[in-house]
Amino acid sequence: MLYFSPWKVALTIGACVFGILLAIPNLVSKETAAEFPPFLPSKQVTLGLDLQGGAHLLLQVDMEAVIKERLQQELDSVRTALRDARVLYTSLSVEGNAVTVKIRQDADVDKAMQAIREIEGGSAITILGTSSGPDFSIERRDGNVIALVLTEAAIEARRNAVLDQSIEIVRRRVDELGTREPTIQRQGEDRILLEVPGVQDAEGLKKILGTTAKLTFHLVDTTATAQDAAEGRISPSSMVLPADPETHGPNDPQQYVVRRTALVTGDMLTDAQPQFRNGQWAVSFSFNNAGARRFADITQENVGRPFAIVLDNKVVSAPVIRSPILGGSGEITGGFSTEEANQLAILLRAGALPAPLDIVQERTVGPGLGQDSIEAGIKASIVGMIAVVLYMWLAYGAFGLVANFALLINCVMILGGLSLFGSTLTLPGIAGIVLTIGMAVDANVLIYERIREELRNGKTPLSAIEGGYRHAMSTIVDANITTFIAAFIMFWFGSGPVRGFAVTLSIGIATSVFTAVVLTRMLIGTWVRRRRPKTLYL
Amino acid sequence: MKFRLKLIPAGTRIGFVRVRFFAFVISGCMALASLGLFLVHGLNYGIDFSGGTLLEIGTDGPADIGKMRSELNSLGLGDVSIQEFGSPNDVLIRIERQDNATDEQDRQVVAMVREALTKNVDPNIEFRRAEFVGPQVSDELKRQGFMAVSFAILAVLIYIWFRFEWQFGVGAVSALVHDVIMTIGFFSATGLEFNLPVIAAILTIVGYSLNDTVVVYDRIRENLRRYKRMPMRELLDVSINETLSRTVVTALTTLLALIALAVLGGPVIRDFSLAMLFGVIVGTYSSIFIASPILLLFKVRNGKEAVEAGKESKSGAGA
Repeated sequence: MLYFSPWKVALTIGACVFGILLAIPNLVSKETAAEFPPFLPSKQVTLGLDLQGGAHLLLQVDMEAVIKERLQQELDSVRTALRDARVLYTSLSVEGNAVTVKIRQDADVDKAMQAIREIEGGSAITILGTSSGPDFSIERRDGNVIALVLTEAAIEARRNAVLDQSIEIVRRRVDELGTREPTIQRQGEDRILLEVPGVQDAEGLKKILGTTAKLTFHLVDTTATAQDAAEGRISPSSMVLPADPETHGPNDPQQYVVRRTALVTGDMLTDAQPQFRNGQWAVSFSFNNAGARRFADITQENVGRPFAIVLDNKVVSAPVIRSPILGGSGEITGGFSTEEANQLAILLRAGALPAPLDIVQERTVGPGLGQDSIEAGIKASIVGMIAVVLYMWLAYGAFGLVANFALLINCVMILGGLSLFGSTLTLPGIAGIVLTIGMAVDANVLIYERIREELRNGKTPLSAIEGGYRHAMSTIVDANITTFIAAFIMFWFGSGPVRGFAVTLSIGIATSVFTAVVLTRMLIGTWVRRRRPKTLYL
Repeated sequence: MKFRLKLIPAGTRIGFVRVRFFAFVISGCMALASLGLFLVHGLNYGIDFSGGTLLEIGTDGPADIGKMRSELNSLGLGDVSIQEFGSPNDVLIRIERQDNATDEQDRQVVAMVREALTKNVDPNIEFRRAEFVGPQVSDELKRQGFMAVSFAILAVLIYIWFRFEWQFGVGAVSALVHDVIMTIGFFSATGLEFNLPVIAAILTIVGYSLNDTVVVYDRIRENLRRYKRMPMRELLDVSINETLSRTVVTALTTLLALIALAVLGGPVIRDFSLAMLFGVIVGTYSSIFIASPILLLFKVRNGKEAVEAGKESKSGAGA
């Protein structure tokens, strides 16, 4: 039992040396670590945002708006389809996840069903693209009512597509800001986790993420007067949009009547840049080929008429087309400040979000606080360690010193483990290390107390030590598995800092069993076999 | 060095089981009081669970909290609490969640506070930390925290059941529920902030207390095999006494580390450390006075042994 084959000794020492090597890069600066020869590990512990400072934002995609938009779209197509088929209907509306329409005459119901089926056949391919079946299932209900129900599969597919697209847009926008190493992750069904180290002020980030930046160009409906708009007497193919208060003064129009169909959309842009011209800031943009061609055609056909530049359903400006714009580029003006023009250009370059984003959680930590936390954590670790080491020495003498040596190796190995797994060290994680220092000696306490018992029962030193380790083993395993269960559940349910704590605790459990059981047994066993003490003072 | 610090002398024979009814009554009353406090007084939820905004700021000299309060109250953000945090140069500002505000306004709170403070109080304020938790997230975190603690206890029940007998599982879980209720009562009574790291602390307490309980249970199981005829009551006492030294030493080393953390670890994790400190004490108590004596209520040995053991104890046999 207390004999160790050479390969076992080599393995144990090897594991310790490996742990120490893994921990070493943390003692030097990042630059020095990067210059380590390739056979040495150079990875450092990643500090959590609470320690190095930075911004953590949890964004929620407004899926309800996505579904609502899809239903509204369907409602528009149904209206067009029924009009084209010359079917009269009474009420056409969105109810829950369905569009319902009531056909006026019984005789028309079949014709209406036919017309609706046709639009449904088309939408599955053109609008969604990814879904395998149609987005809507068509039901015929009592009282000449036809319902188009948005299927669960379609909602699910849409959710995923929207979330993936949102992540992409968020990534592009954050990259545009020139921040270093942002982390962007999908979280759950409708959330995006964004972590940007080093950012002290999340306001700028929040501003560029809080805007959808959906840019569209519409012809202005010149047949409708302001009074028509106010009274709602406008053609079904037109809509009323408010003027953007930031670009419109009190004497400018407060709302516009524009054609529903967008002529050109922001996804056809290839570039956007802030420009300073004639004493004011503007954003110039250029279209891709398809966009340029459409823009050219439309401006050619509508010279002399106004068109509206619409950003997030607000009219930024409505200039009159003076001459056909054939070059595929244009400019948005509207009394922007430098910052606003710059921001709008970033947003246009990065593209529109498919749905609005809500910021549901924010954590920003300044670098000063992070540094203070690290210092406090290190101080607490050192003082805690000294107290435990002193106590173990007083209580178990030389055996205590062996346990203390194991504890020291344990701390180094935790650091090495954190570096190896690339896990993030958070403030609660430091607390986890301090706690592990206190609890790691438990295994040694169990063993030593057991050895004392064996000695009291009259065993020889050698067999007492052997028995102590053997008997304590099952208890040590049970005790550590239970702590591990708690850590695992913390990791499963927890987020951010709590996860960091769980990871540190788990690594601490694994390394402490190794150092407190395997390492100390080897040290004490070797000593006992060499010296063959007649009595053991423990 | 021949001196050995032994807090617990060898061969103690303390009658822990004898006082079990006393311990049960005390623990029962404390648990009821904790639950009562929790229901009546509630917990001082941190923004993780209550939602809202939190800012930590640093000033060059002692902060003028009065001026900050009047400035922030004029913003009309509802309940604003301002307090010193760790040192006079460090201030913690908490703003309740804006229930009637739009998302847009909610998002602006941090910006508004920043502007008001730099403009009207002190332009050199250092913004050390800003946190905002929306209502969707805070409700979710509350639910997750509750689930995590419940699942941990359930997982433990299953593990102990597999490793021991079901009676041990019930005993260990009673002790854990006791510890969790007490910790919640402690937070309700002291008004310390109950936040996400505290849930981590409670889970760690669950792990620690269980660790302690398992050590005693392991010894009970071993002694059940060794002393086939010892009455259960005596066997429990012997097992607790045999492991007492280890229980106390480990509690002490853990407490030493935790005290260092509570005193030196900085204000951000002080509540977490205090929760752990309390939990380690309660967990140690419960594994001695609750988890083990509760085994007497169930028949851990089969009936025959218990009867024989009963006969034997009358004739005064022991270990």
